[in-house]
Amino acid sequence: MTTGQAERAAPFSPAAGTGRTRLASLARRHGAALVLALVVLLGTLTFGSSFTGPGNLGAIALDASYLLLVATGMTFVILAGGIDLSVGSVLALSGVLAAYGSRWGTAGAVLLPLAVCGLIGLVNGVLVGRARLAPFVVTLATLLFARGLAFAVSQEGNRVYIIPADLALTRIGQANVLGVGVPVLIALTAFAAAGVVLNRTRFGLRVFAAGNGDGHAAELMGLPVARIRVRVYVLSSLLAGLAGVLIAAQTASGLPTLGEGRELEAIAAVVIGGTLLTGGAGTLGGTLAGVLLLKVIQNLINQVGTLSSAYQQVVSGTFLVLVVLVQAALARRRRQ
Amino acid sequence: MPAGSPAVASGAVQAVSVPEGRTRVAGRVTWLSDYGVYLALGLLLSFNLVFTPNFATVANLRLQLVQVAPVAIVALGMALVIGTGGIDLSVGSTMAIAAALLPLYLGYGIWPAIAVAVFAGGAVGLVNGGLVAYGIQPIVATLGLLVAGRGTALVVADGRLVEIFDPTLTAIGGGQVLGVPLPVLAALTVAAAAGFVLRRAAFGRRLLAVGGNRPAALLAGLPVRRTLVTVYVISGVLAAMAGVLTTGRQGASDPSFTGLLIELSAITAVVVGGTPLAGGRVRILGTLMGALLMQLIIATVIQHDLHDSTARMIQAAIIVAAVYAQRDRSGT
Repeated sequence: MTTGQAERAAPFSPAAGTGRTRLASLARRHGAALVLALVVLLGTLTFGSSFTGPGNLGAIALDASYLLLVATGMTFVILAGGIDLSVGSVLALSGVLAAYGSRWGTAGAVLLPLAVCGLIGLVNGVLVGRARLAPFVVTLATLLFARGLAFAVSQEGNRVYIIPADLALTRIGQANVLGVGVPVLIALTAFAAAGVVLNRTRFGLRVFAAGNGDGHAAELMGLPVARIRVRVYVLSSLLAGLAGVLIAAQTASGLPTLGEGRELEAIAAVVIGGTLLTGGAGTLGGTLAGVLLLKVIQNLINQVGTLSSAYQQVVSGTFLVLVVLVQAALARRRRQ
Repeated sequence: MPAGSPAVASGAVQAVSVPEGRTRVAGRVTWLSDYGVYLALGLLLSFNLVFTPNFATVANLRLQLVQVAPVAIVALGMALVIGTGGIDLSVGSTMAIAAALLPLYLGYGIWPAIAVAVFAGGAVGLVNGGLVAYGIQPIVATLGLLVAGRGTALVVADGRLVEIFDPTLTAIGGGQVLGVPLPVLAALTVAAAAGFVLRRAAFGRRLLAVGGNRPAALLAGLPVRRTLVTVYVISGVLAAMAGVLTTGRQGASDPSFTGLLIELSAITAVVVGGTPLAGGRVRILGTLMGALLMQLIIATVIQHDLHDSTARMIQAAIIVAAVYAQRDRSGT
């Protein structure tokens, strides 16, 4: 809650501080990757080739790629001091619209959902950035709206639109390149591009500034904080929309019930990756590690045949709590 | 977002700089955010009385009230949590845990089983409150229990729906006293208790102080942590009560769907009722009306042969309108 300015700025001054604080900062920034390595090692030792086989790893990668897209957008929003609860519904809406738009070919199946999702992101951004409404409530409203629209388009879920199998989109969505699913490659490309934008452009730097101390300092420096916020929400919706299109392409249909709770999974991945919910500090690399960690843990629990899938939720939730507890403990130590 | 020190400072400045005599526009906005929910509810009721056949029957009104009662009870706990500047996402999962525990302990009698369920709700709240008091953001702390809690409920119940044939439990979920359904009576009792605590009890004043300005509450020597823990425990206990009521009404314990997404309905009811998310103010009656408004929207839409999806989109518009009306005062 009361994280001071000093630790928010910590990622920018890694050289500062004593050995112990440097260790603490290292643990927060790379903790998720470290635990991921341990979990993967554990999985390999316990389950052998049923875990490391190309079929299983490919399934993990495919599952993780959709979450990665959503979590990447969420990272931008959280870094800028906001939160986006609407992404799960937007993902479902996008899938339904992609299937609906496939009657106009691949172009329709891609452009229609992305245009609508971009618009929803714009509404989120304007209400949060310009009208200064609380992001939690605004995106809660668009969560309801997007889900409602997805059900309305698919006639209350009674009508499932099918994407023709001979469409370029379906073939791309189900294709493999060098044994890796194309959706995985698209997600990784989008992730890399987002990394460049966040770490190498003026806009990326401004995202950090807008999230630091509620953006007051950024505003005093004359940065267009409202415009930055609008853009991160548009970006988040577009990435969620892209994930929806890819899922629709892979399954050749659009389901309005898809993605329920995805927003919480994405937030969990971002937080596990070491990004502070207060905004202004965090990394995309951490988010990648957080996404993989959640998906690998889910996969490992599936590997234990005797455990029901409900254990996934127990472990994921407990894990999230443990991670934030460690983060809070590290932050405390640094403050002293 | 939970405010860091800069936001608190600016809030303080704003409070000082607002003169006593507000401008007419600001006054109107304040009025709308305070009483808008009553206005909307009045309009919707009038519409239904005129245009919806069989709306003003005792059976229909009773049905609407019974359906809204669990949401209202959860929303009242949520209102207290939001009053401290927090949020509790785990309420739906807590309801599921309570529902899952009931059949397990039914062998000891219904009242011990209910006691165990309510106690478990308090335990969930204790974990939430402990995490928040330790300094973890409420969204994340309660998100962890939202996920883990649902999983625990499913594990405990082995993922199965269990039918419960217990006359006492059925009476709790569907019985009536002087024509008033028991769940409605429970919701009204909780609302009265919450209203009394907020206005008259020291704990209520502390709660609002913690939400209004936490650093100041700390400096004033208030037991901030204990207050936070207590509030989350109350929210957990109320959620468990709602879980028991829901199970009683359904005649079955359903850990997969009991309380699913109710956190969103509860937050919506609180916000539409005029309680600012920033904390420091709680509107109990507004919360009840907010829950009722959302329920009536769904009922109206369905009774006019429109779809559920339409109801969701209307609810979305009302949420945005409600926070827009609040925005000048909360300063966020």
